[in-house]
Amino acid sequence: MSVTAHAHVEDHSDDHGHHHKETFVTKYIFSQDHKMISKQYLITGLIMGFIGILMSLLFRMQLAWPGESFAIFEFILGKWAPGGVMDADVYLALVTIHGTIMVFFVLTAGLSGTFSNLLIPLQIGARDMASGFLNMISYWLFFLSSVIMLSSLFLEAGPAAAGWTVYPPLSALPMAQPGSGMGMTLWLVAMAIFIASSLLGSLNYIVTVINLRTKGMSMTRLPLTIWAFFVTAIIGVVSFPVLLSAALLLIMDRSFGTSFFLSDIFIQGEVLHYQGGSPVLYEHLFWFLGHPEVYIVILPAMGMVSEIMAVNSRKPIFGYRAMIASILAIAFLSTIVWGHHMFISGMNPFLGSVFTFTTLLIAIPSAVKAFNWITTLWKGNLQLNPGMLFSIGMVSTFISGGLTGIILGDSTLDINVHDTYFVIAHFHLVMGISALYGLFAGVYHWFPKMFGKMMDKNMGYVHFWITAVCSYGVFFPMHFVGMAGVPRRYYENTAFPMFDDLTDIQVLMTVFALIAAGAQLIFAFNFIRSIFYGKKAVQNPWKATSLEWTTPVEHIHGNWPGAIPEVHRWPYDYSKTDDNGEYIIPGQDYVPQIMPLYEGEEEMQH
Amino acid sequence: MTPLLTIVVLVLVAIAIWQMTKIFELSQIRANNSQVASETDNKYNGYLMFAFLIFLYGITIFSFWKYSKVLLPEAASEHGGGYDSLMVLSFVIIFIVQTLTQFLLHYFAFKYRGDRERKALFYADNDRLEFIWTIIPVIVLAGLILWGLYAWTNIMDINDEDDPLTIELYAQQFNWTARYAGNDNVLGDANVRMIDIDNANILGLDSADPNAADDIIVKELHLPVGRKVNFKMRSQDVLHSAYMPHFRAQMNCVPGMITQFSFTPTITTAEMRQNPDVVDKVKRINGIRAEKAAKGLDNSDPWEFDYVLLCNKICGKSHYNMQMKIIVETEEEYNAWIASQKTFGKSMASAQ
Repeated sequence: MSVTAHAHVEDHSDDHGHHHKETFVTKYIFSQDHKMISKQYLITGLIMGFIGILMSLLFRMQLAWPGESFAIFEFILGKWAPGGVMDADVYLALVTIHGTIMVFFVLTAGLSGTFSNLLIPLQIGARDMASGFLNMISYWLFFLSSVIMLSSLFLEAGPAAAGWTVYPPLSALPMAQPGSGMGMTLWLVAMAIFIASSLLGSLNYIVTVINLRTKGMSMTRLPLTIWAFFVTAIIGVVSFPVLLSAALLLIMDRSFGTSFFLSDIFIQGEVLHYQGGSPVLYEHLFWFLGHPEVYIVILPAMGMVSEIMAVNSRKPIFGYRAMIASILAIAFLSTIVWGHHMFISGMNPFLGSVFTFTTLLIAIPSAVKAFNWITTLWKGNLQLNPGMLFSIGMVSTFISGGLTGIILGDSTLDINVHDTYFVIAHFHLVMGISALYGLFAGVYHWFPKMFGKMMDKNMGYVHFWITAVCSYGVFFPMHFVGMAGVPRRYYENTAFPMFDDLTDIQVLMTVFALIAAGAQLIFAFNFIRSIFYGKKAVQNPWKATSLEWTTPVEHIHGNWPGAIPEVHRWPYDYSKTDDNGEYIIPGQDYVPQIMPLYEGEEEMQH
Repeated sequence: MTPLLTIVVLVLVAIAIWQMTKIFELSQIRANNSQVASETDNKYNGYLMFAFLIFLYGITIFSFWKYSKVLLPEAASEHGGGYDSLMVLSFVIIFIVQTLTQFLLHYFAFKYRGDRERKALFYADNDRLEFIWTIIPVIVLAGLILWGLYAWTNIMDINDEDDPLTIELYAQQFNWTARYAGNDNVLGDANVRMIDIDNANILGLDSADPNAADDIIVKELHLPVGRKVNFKMRSQDVLHSAYMPHFRAQMNCVPGMITQFSFTPTITTAEMRQNPDVVDKVKRINGIRAEKAAKGLDNSDPWEFDYVLLCNKICGKSHYNMQMKIIVETEEEYNAWIASQKTFGKSMASAQ
């Protein structure tokens, strides 16, 4: 190890001038190596994911069998489920923490954190991130914030329960609900730390992509994964600080008696002193992050799907430049559509018109991406590895979920489905399930790179097919529940006899959800088993062109034992043929990026 | 019973998974075990992709066949008809696109499944194709946006034309109160700082304001059919949302500000109860409730259709049970009802 490491020190002393002797602590815990940090992100993210999914099962069971007693409720929730019957306050706490964990801790940190860290240096040809130290701090802040968020589950009065958007005044007034006491304080502290972590990470990604690309790696030779991570990091830097300001102002309202978001409140028999603030202001600040956030979640998934699809189709991604343009268009538009969450919040209806317009515009680059993916499959030679299946699944759920966005993005149609289960169905398909599929695709595809082992493909197939069927089984019928007028965040629907005939749909969805969650155990088992007993990976198992597959299977600090490879072509030369219809490299249907152009070969200009 | 069923289902699924893994493993014995998709894997998964397409169409048809009946009945407000048409049009477009794109996606995944003999086509770009699928969404969306914005501007234009009835909807944890503006049709000033529970001034009306004296505070919303209603929403504690799904109407109630929504009810409660969809729904639900009653469960009295106002913004523990009955009736019935209510001035006088 140290011999190979020293071999390249001379060439690249600018990257890291010296090597410490690695101890267990510096290698596995406070590591500054991007590959180790990415594994830390992944494992933390997956653990958070299992907690988040478990919570969803609990409240799905409550929805299907309202008020029924379950031993499992009493076992997990303890005093919040007296006699095994879930309490209404803890129901709200569960949906709140489920949303927070899944959106921020799993799909932001777990997805973008894992794969940005792993792939940015490897695919652009860099020895490590621009700042390994900041990268390490970024992970440990994320870890700290996860711990604080989870510790709030053990509070006497319970964790935050005002919905994952934590709108004041509900979240600001401890007398409004038990979760708005210490639980809310911890939620805000955890999120503030999370934002710091996210910003450090994002700045690092941006600097690395701009400065550390290897020779020949122009921006238009970057794999689409890197474009997606890069642009994601930029929207993160633009929008997360606004959430931080919202969180700080909310902390001040809660703890120091200011009135940024509060006015004219009479609660539990007394008038509070707050005057002049507006909850609508909070909504604007929250969604200024909140909407870009869903693209922070989905863009990395899109990037990985593009890459995995091209590799496994043995074809270039169709419309490389259009894909980049649509990533940029989505990123830009994502920052000016936040008001579509607030059509009926009481803001000026004219603003609603503007946001309807920008929101429906964003459908255009999304449509371009979907059609380009479909065309990538056309006349391919599809290697249906688990990663590929999840990529195809992602396109499917992204289309199904995205289309209903046409209804929700239209201010008129939003009136009657706003905050109903229709919204839940929409966003779970378009960003929840799709981003999770992106995460799974990435794990199956880059597992050999991360752990030097292959994941078991058969368990992967079983995992995919059960998950694919069940996610539609949960979220497709849910649209009907929403259009029947059932509001979200209802502990039970039995207070309205008009919803009585929806109970059998609820049962169906819950059964699908339970099965889907069971399938994730297969994944967990496969993941852990493959780390230890998986088949040893070869250097380039998927026969891909990009740079990460030119590094040795065993991880070394600095990625390449010798000099950093030089790049001569774009990353999508799959099945490229010469004038005679023969592959450029005889007998091999792909040309790695490090191969110089052959005589007479034209570089694709897209 | 149901938990038992769930457990049975889970056990069956577990067995199915175990069997499937076994089949996969058996079919793999001779193949080399590189954990990269083999010819057989490509074949089976390709076929499964096609099967999945059929599943997708199947669940769509199943859901429509089985669940269309749970949807809301026809709109009971003037703007609701236009709302429903726009919704139907959007759904038609969505289903055409969904059917087509899902077909292409899964059919290609099936048709071009990997094969040793197959050579992928190096096809990186086609400006014309990309132009086509940029411009088609642009045109379709432009149409939807124009219609949507036209409808939105009309719905949100809240004015005093056509002699509207002014009603305040007042939200608090966890109930609704309505305040009618009385004979002068002007709501008296109010603020939470003037709430005086001991003196029955629960909405904080300004007793010095002459407009307040004839205001009528009630716990049930009566609306005369065919007359425009301008709602003014207030909340005294946290965010709430006044959701009236049958009228395709919703607006948040925000502490510290007055929000508004306006619609004209067009179908009386009595007429709506005769609507065939509603008759069916009531019959179905009363069947379910009769079964519950037979088992001796609570909350199983027969149900009669009524319009309802729900809270649709998370507001705390009893958010799920924050409701108010809405009754749409003829002008005469409404007049008789409103005449029988006590005005704010009178109830203040009697409290003192």
